[in-house]
Amino acid sequence: MRELRYTAPASLAEAVSLLSDAGQDPRILAGGTDLLIQLRAGVRDAGHLVDVKRIPELNVLEASPEDGLRVGAAVPCASLVEHAAAGELYPGLVEAAALIGSTQIQSRATLAGNLCNGSPAADTTPALLALDATCVTAGPGGSRTRHVSELLVGPGRTSLEPREILVEIRVAAPAKGAADAYQRLIPRGEMDIAVVGVGAVLQIADGRVASARIALGAVGPTALLAEEAAASLVGKAPDEAALERAGALATSAARPISDKRGSAEYRRDVVSVLTRRVLASAIERARRRA
Amino acid sequence: MSEGNGTGREFRVVGTRPIRHDGIDKVTGRARYGADIHLPGMLQGKVLRSPHAHARIVSIDVSEAAALAGVKAIVTGADLPEVRSSEEQSGESVTNARDLSANVLARDKVLYHGHAVAAVAATSAAVAEEALEKIRVEYEGLPPVLSVLDAMRDEAPILHPHLRTRGGEKSDRPTNVASVTVFERGDLEKGFAEAAEIVERTFDTAMVHQGYIEPHNAVAQVNPDGQATVWCSTQGSFEVRKLCAQILEMPLSRLRVVPAEIGGGFGGKTTIYLEPLAVMLAARSGHPVKLVMSRSDVLRATGPTSGSHIRMKMGATKGGRICAVDAWLAYEAGAFPGSPVMMGAMCLMGPFDVDHLRIRAYDVVVNRPKTAAYRAPGATNAAFASETVADELARRLGIDPFEFRLKNAAQEGTATAAGPKLRRVGCVELVEAARACAHAKAPLERTDGPRRRGRGFATGFWFNAGLQSSAVISLHPDGTASLVTGSPDIGGTRTSCAMIAAEELGLAALEVRPVVADTDSIGYTDVTGGSRVTMATGLAVYEAAQDVKRQLCERAARTWKVEPDQVRFEDGRVVPLTSGPEPLPLASLAKASAKTGGPIVGRATVNAQRANGPSFAGLLVDVEVDTETGRVDVTRCTVFQDAGRAIHPAYVEGQMQGGSAQGIGWALNEEYVYDEAGRLLNDGFLDYRMPVTLDLPMIEPVIIEVPNPGHPYGVRGVGEASIVPPPAAVANAIADATGVRMTTLPMSPPRVLAALREAGWRPSSSPQPSVA
Repeated sequence: MRELRYTAPASLAEAVSLLSDAGQDPRILAGGTDLLIQLRAGVRDAGHLVDVKRIPELNVLEASPEDGLRVGAAVPCASLVEHAAAGELYPGLVEAAALIGSTQIQSRATLAGNLCNGSPAADTTPALLALDATCVTAGPGGSRTRHVSELLVGPGRTSLEPREILVEIRVAAPAKGAADAYQRLIPRGEMDIAVVGVGAVLQIADGRVASARIALGAVGPTALLAEEAAASLVGKAPDEAALERAGALATSAARPISDKRGSAEYRRDVVSVLTRRVLASAIERARRRA
Repeated sequence: MSEGNGTGREFRVVGTRPIRHDGIDKVTGRARYGADIHLPGMLQGKVLRSPHAHARIVSIDVSEAAALAGVKAIVTGADLPEVRSSEEQSGESVTNARDLSANVLARDKVLYHGHAVAAVAATSAAVAEEALEKIRVEYEGLPPVLSVLDAMRDEAPILHPHLRTRGGEKSDRPTNVASVTVFERGDLEKGFAEAAEIVERTFDTAMVHQGYIEPHNAVAQVNPDGQATVWCSTQGSFEVRKLCAQILEMPLSRLRVVPAEIGGGFGGKTTIYLEPLAVMLAARSGHPVKLVMSRSDVLRATGPTSGSHIRMKMGATKGGRICAVDAWLAYEAGAFPGSPVMMGAMCLMGPFDVDHLRIRAYDVVVNRPKTAAYRAPGATNAAFASETVADELARRLGIDPFEFRLKNAAQEGTATAAGPKLRRVGCVELVEAARACAHAKAPLERTDGPRRRGRGFATGFWFNAGLQSSAVISLHPDGTASLVTGSPDIGGTRTSCAMIAAEELGLAALEVRPVVADTDSIGYTDVTGGSRVTMATGLAVYEAAQDVKRQLCERAARTWKVEPDQVRFEDGRVVPLTSGPEPLPLASLAKASAKTGGPIVGRATVNAQRANGPSFAGLLVDVEVDTETGRVDVTRCTVFQDAGRAIHPAYVEGQMQGGSAQGIGWALNEEYVYDEAGRLLNDGFLDYRMPVTLDLPMIEPVIIEVPNPGHPYGVRGVGEASIVPPPAAVANAIADATGVRMTTLPMSPPRVLAALREAGWRPSSSPQPSVA
């Protein structure tokens, strides 16, 4: 491990300019719960850590039924988990955030970091994908907005430019009668990485599914949408048969590999089960809201 | 040695729960562990490890690394003396000096991923790491052998060309089978002919690691005259001294080993890895050198215990008597001979009394790290087979599993597999206590949904060890005392030993200050292993206290001008047998000791083999099986163990809970995952899945006390037996919940799901097979 420079700029402009010095091999440090471990293990390299936790724009946390959710890129998961309105409006996203690591880790780790680390098994990514969240970034060319789906490229990779900083994640206000849910399977009770994760948003109107989005984690190079599975539910009564069919279709959308955390075959089996369970959870929440 | 086992004696200190002497140090972070040792001018050492599982070392070039600024010394296998093959009992296991040396630094071949190849000492860890990158090692790859069955095939690649099978048929063929041991008695054919039911199954268990939190570490300082000191985290400082002296060809008197505070060992810290490297690097550089392993080093190159393949056939009569057992066990030794398969074979039927049996045990080398002791070594693998087959037999015969165990329970006079008969043991009492406990009587709420509940019970046996110990008790002028032993404390034994001294001398536990000394400050003491310290070192403490009492009696007799046999020690004072003077309390005698002959110091050394007594454990668990994902949750857990006599019940309970937790981890998710080339893929605690707090319910301990007739208080070792039953108990509970018999460890979600599918279970609401 080589010597590291560390800076903690107090403004977005300063951060963008620090990141512009490519010779320094800069990296953005938010919670550091992935990056510091990767540096120590030699998985990633850096010459300069630009700590973004002091930048005011990255510390926004707001949630309301009218304006939806804004989570600054430096906001630790613990703040989101403890935010009453966020938990009320986006229980699925919050339950995903609450699954990351331990209480200590959650006090450091951020939603944005979870997303930018690019792990296919990140817990909050399928939850954000299901919610069709958007990312606001800042860079030398100014501010940009894009969907989470556009950010995901491959394992450990995103579409962010080298000098681009993720500023905040936004989620639209929940539609009437809509709710989200997230579940994952890990062999242990905690402190583990998802073998499969499933996030879903479901909208119920007049006893039928008005709209649905289902996102799968840890079963492809990035978190991915199970579009056919979601489409199969629309217009149907959300009964046992509909859920089972959606589960089966989600399995065909999965593109898992076998690794030390689970075989492809096992992951496929679990996708259908978890999809059913997550949908059931989202339906129950949506019914309470409808 | 004093006779009796404490039956009927009223104890004052024994059986109470004083605060531990080392508690404040540990909870405040003041305790000094091996990695906390810092010496002036100290260098940092790093070890280069093999990226291959099996390869010939063609050449090693260290010239570029040696030229790096800040590099002070480099050693490779060529720098170690060529010691002869010689086997010696070391603690509970046998160590071959030549193999040990080749494990410390590879010679012509590397035999597992992570095998040490070279070590560097430099002015900083960063320089040492850079130097490792500059060491050029040319390897010629060889095909790896990872499982016992592959290693036993005729055409298998051979790890050690010189290895021949010991025991069994004589052959001069190179082999990976290091030894065959057969225990046989009775007449198998006759036995099976009596059977109303026979169960025959094949089992596989994965290699697992002890998982101690503190990685191995060593600091060495070597003076120009060759006097060396090693500070390290070890369960046996004398063991480290002996093994280092053997492979470095040093006189024992040149080497002092100072045991640091230890952050867990579970058997894995009874051998050496870094210690001789630190000594060699310190000798070459002239500076103290420190080496600390990473977690990856620990998992790749230390510890684990054997994965195994076991075939088990057991028959029982209609009345529920086990009439015959035929078992075949093969254990992974790792890269060098020495798996605990023989101990597994001897423990296999430990809790049962069987007339006709044959147990064949194979020690097999594979391209995995050399296995080290792990809590009741070998017994857990074996019990997974015998205790699940026994449970299945009981169910097939329609006999309650507790009742079945009682019908066959080992007791006084039962012959063990190797022949010797048991003295008084607590197996029957243990099973009776389990059957009668609140957990066993509580109804299990069964459901029809995807989550099925079940309950399972299993028992386990462990010999424990006696071995040698020394103790010295010094009385202070104020009537308090110090206690010096050579037993590193991994389970609260400072306190249990101090309690024994306090009990004998009429002091309070905290009036005795226990110290764990280095190898030059106390007599020889074997490893902290085999659950032996409270029993054996405790026996030395007991005897040292008798020595103190004899001296106190002499001092009092001298004061009163009577013969020593005219006085006796009781309740912390010396009393005259005849009327006359007032009794003299220990404190008065200690205060006056300068005038009556000088300091009062009691000492004793023991070989406690005859004092040893085995222990039995049992585990009752409730599980919930998610039949759609294969995930198993343990929802209720009660552990039983025969402690003989619990000196400090809280620490006995702690051992029982710790062993159960490790056993449940072994049962559910722990395993070494290798790729086809033999590289360990899960060399960290994220993916080597030990249980976390949320994976376990409160583990309720129930202590059984059937005194060990060989020990003055009746103490039995309690550190190990509790790890033996859990995998079998969990498997029995899964069978109770689903009707499916698991025969592979770990019973991880994919394995359980596959077994359920094979038995006809389907996800969701469709009808499921009936639970037998």
